[in-house]
Amino acid sequence: MIETLLHLEWEPFLLSFKLALITAIILFVISLPLAWYLARSQSRFKPILEAITALPIVLPPSVLGFYLLWAFSANSYLGEFLKSHFDITLTFSFAGLILASCIYSLPFMIQPLQAGFEGLNPHMIESSFIAGKSKFQTLLFVAIPNIKPSLLMAFIVTFAHTVGEFGVVLMVGGSIPGETKVASVAIYEQVEVMDYTNAHIYSLVMLLISFSVLLVVYIFNHRYKNKLGFR
Amino acid sequence: MIEIDIHKQLNGSDGLMDLDISMSIESGSFIAITGKSGSGKSTLLRILAGLTKASGKIVVDNEVWMDTNYTKDIQSRQIGFVFQDYALFENMTIEQNLLFVNKDKELANKLLSMCELNSMSDRLSSHLSGGQKQRVALCRAMMRKPKLLLLDEPLSALDVDMRAKLQDELQNIHNQFGTTTILVSHDPSEIYKLSNRVIVLNQGKIIDDGTPQKILLHTKGSQKFSFDGKVLDIIPSDSIYIAIVAIGQQIVEVVLSPKEANRISIGDSITLSSKAYGVSVDYYCS
Repeated sequence: MIETLLHLEWEPFLLSFKLALITAIILFVISLPLAWYLARSQSRFKPILEAITALPIVLPPSVLGFYLLWAFSANSYLGEFLKSHFDITLTFSFAGLILASCIYSLPFMIQPLQAGFEGLNPHMIESSFIAGKSKFQTLLFVAIPNIKPSLLMAFIVTFAHTVGEFGVVLMVGGSIPGETKVASVAIYEQVEVMDYTNAHIYSLVMLLISFSVLLVVYIFNHRYKNKLGFR
Repeated sequence: MIEIDIHKQLNGSDGLMDLDISMSIESGSFIAITGKSGSGKSTLLRILAGLTKASGKIVVDNEVWMDTNYTKDIQSRQIGFVFQDYALFENMTIEQNLLFVNKDKELANKLLSMCELNSMSDRLSSHLSGGQKQRVALCRAMMRKPKLLLLDEPLSALDVDMRAKLQDELQNIHNQFGTTTILVSHDPSEIYKLSNRVIVLNQGKIIDDGTPQKILLHTKGSQKFSFDGKVLDIIPSDSIYIAIVAIGQQIVEVVLSPKEANRISIGDSITLSSKAYGVSVDYYCS
């Protein structure tokens, strides 16, 4: 048992967390202004935008993976354009995984942020406008600092969701060790070759990490609410 | 001088309603706007602030804030606004709330000491009581050195003692800065104490406009005093009746003759008034 643990390959875990961290950071930056817009917009087209951003929640990962694979492939306009102009290949590469994860995890970042912004007292936002502050200053200095629990929730859930990603990763990235073979794909392969010992260890590690991450989020949220006096 | 002539269709509780307000306000005056809920008072303030769109014209000290083809944005209107729910920036301390509006530390200190808040200026605003929060909101509104201070029922969520204290502070600030102020309020004593002109709105129109004395004192003829109230209960007691009447926050007992008791039933609105001797009860509507 100890022997197995010592020789355990940590690379798929590292790859999973690297992918999740980069995806969460990119999505965080993109989603803040987008969620702010969705929370405040009264446009007729808002439901269309909301439906598009929520699509990855209901779409089977294989469908999303298939479309992305098709779009990224060298035979498509996008794939060919990226290859010939920038020498970037998105199929079966880490860069492709990041882009696919960003699309796949987008709703998990947008929705908590949008809910956070929508929960703010509208008079507080108006007070900032009345104080002479622009929409951007209001977002930066008033709206974002007042939705800290939502920020943390959005970041962690997106991170965790990307770590737990499987279908899209498998279709777009395949299983290239050190490049696209993330933990969830590694477990799938171990089960396929009936290496149950390693599958058990990998699965348990994933379970413990996921639980700890969520526990930290809920403890933080509980403390933050107490600090603000909402009991 | 502030010239207002605005129109807007509102979706009120009784269906569509036209808000049609035309008036001019003397600079430095303290105006109170009163009227039933849903009469358009808050909307009027929001239109003046630029928070709600409307058509018409607003001119403040010869500066156009709104006319047919121009609307000055909220950010450059130079107003102060105090909401009923305080709307403080909860991530900031009291002092930061003020300095966020304007970096003038001297003005901030002056305002905070006027409202007896300087000892707690580094406290987070989410840790304050309602009265303290509203004083911070008032100070914050004054940090803009506003041309127009708009107060939307600022004291109605506070208890009676705190309300009286804040009324004094409002008066104090108005005397010091001379800012043209518009207060939306339901409280006659507050309006009487603070304002020098009262405007009564109903269904989006001005139905009365004058001094607080003219608008608020309801006594007529030889009446020495008169109160409007609501009958809560009528209790027979020997050969007479005792009516329990709610007048504002107070509950009083009034002795009725059987004849009077016959005309009045529980839930009626009545006027209690006194002439030289004795109390009379007038039934006017139910």
